Amino acid sequence: MQNLDPILQTRGLSVYYDAKKAVTDVDLDVARNRITAIIGPSGCGKSTLLRCFNRMNDLIPSARVEGQVLFDGLDLYGHDVDPTEIRYEIGMVFQRPNPFPKSIYDNVAFGPRINGFQGDIAELVERSLVRAALWDEVKDRLKASALSLSGGQQQRLCIARALAVEPRVILMDEPCSALDPIATLAIEELMRELSEDYSIIIVTHNMQQAARVSHYTAFLMVEEARVGFLVEFGESRQIFTNPKDERTEAYITGRFG
Amino acid sequence: MSVISQSEFQRRRARRKWMGRAFFGLCLLSVTIALGMLALLLVYLLIQGATGIDWSFLTSFASRHPDKAGIKAAMLGSIYVVIVAGVVSFTLGVATALYLEEYAGRSKFAKIAKINIANLAGVPSIVYGILGLQIFVHSLHLGKSVLAGGFTLALLVLPIVIVAAGEAVRAVPPSLREGSYALGATRWQVIWHMVIPQAFPGILTGVILAVSRAIGETAPLIAMGALTFVPFTPDSPLSRFTVLPIQIFNWTSRPQAGFQEAAAAGIIVLLVILLVMNAGAVILRNRFQNKWEG
Repeated sequence: MQNLDPILQTRGLSVYYDAKKAVTDVDLDVARNRITAIIGPSGCGKSTLLRCFNRMNDLIPSARVEGQVLFDGLDLYGHDVDPTEIRYEIGMVFQRPNPFPKSIYDNVAFGPRINGFQGDIAELVERSLVRAALWDEVKDRLKASALSLSGGQQQRLCIARALAVEPRVILMDEPCSALDPIATLAIEELMRELSEDYSIIIVTHNMQQAARVSHYTAFLMVEEARVGFLVEFGESRQIFTNPKDERTEAYITGRFG
Repeated sequence: MSVISQSEFQRRRARRKWMGRAFFGLCLLSVTIALGMLALLLVYLLIQGATGIDWSFLTSFASRHPDKAGIKAAMLGSIYVVIVAGVVSFTLGVATALYLEEYAGRSKFAKIAKINIANLAGVPSIVYGILGLQIFVHSLHLGKSVLAGGFTLALLVLPIVIVAAGEAVRAVPPSLREGSYALGATRWQVIWHMVIPQAFPGILTGVILAVSRAIGETAPLIAMGALTFVPFTPDSPLSRFTVLPIQIFNWTSRPQAGFQEAAAAGIIVLLVILLVMNAGAVILRNRFQNKWEG
């Protein structure tokens, strides 16, 4: 664990919705060009934690963040940091595929366009779709509506859309929970390939998925007195075969959650 | 074991079925009354007015002689005023709705503003006429002009547009906003590229309703000082004018049968203009709506 090269680090991170705490004092290191899974029972603050990394919580008026999130040493919650710039470097894929009601092409081109991309946008769209393993399926109908794609294709389109702004980190909030097993496998395969070039954080309910795809796993829990605290963090192999904390063991063996 | 006896169940079931039929009958009766009245009105108008509509009726000005009286000035006046009202209420209404929904958000101010706007929709239209007279005609020195009339009607229908546009903006799925923000879009870009295009069909529906109301309004324009006898076409935004409902109102108050016929013909013209405008807006709306549905 000492040799982990962190791209993102949280220090004493807490999140409140009004007075209600959702994440408590989390110190977590996210490894560069690896997949980090965040697991835990419902309501343990996994998604809230994930949304701290690209400041999506800013969009919720009642949310308040304490502590630090360091992105290669830069505090994302510093006074002079513009959240839109962060989101340009840290992309996100959501729980339910949310393609825009536009053509497949325009979905992928949206990010580069709003960020003022000047180069060859057609080439960038193709590259992103190839990278998201969707190009062969859609290359003949780029002008078709994105909503005409299947759920799994839509999710890969959302991944292509995130890749098109060339982020360094991709956040995935239960990206397979609305998909069937075959589409899920395709996304997992894709994540493994992407992890060569991108740092990926995935929130998942599915422990097999975390064990299959991730290099590192963080286990969050909720107790009566404390919400959203980090119980254990380590290499996924160790977490899933030889957890140090008995609460982790109880969760991964299905005794609660 | 059941909760009630078999015979009791049968008796109650018969009653429930009867209730269902009675309710269906009531609904059917309401529809029949509503549509029946409308059909009666249309038939009456067509019988009275259809013979009065010809090319010279559409291209002549008002006259003291019923058979020479035409509707040109009122028709053009109505179209001009409604265009001004439509453009102004659309612009102001959409901007207001966007402010209240996207910028003011959950603030107390936004809540109070929304309640008041909803209440404004119920203020008698003549009050807007008096307001228009004071603000546009007198204070802004626009005179009793097309522009002043259009602005007055815009004020009148603004609440309708704001409420409808606000609902349309609220109905844009949060997932689309989040998706755009997550790609680094600024608030302005999210509103411009995502919220407005998505809300546009709903906004158009509101504008259709608003313009339909504006074109039929008489009282506020009379209060504001529109003319009743106009033997010229409005040639500039500052020219004086009359509108169809005023012309019709004027004709119906005349004793001659010829003017009664002209009034009926005028109503038909008004209905046709209304239908054309609505059809245009509906076609536009459907084109926006269907484009990307999967």
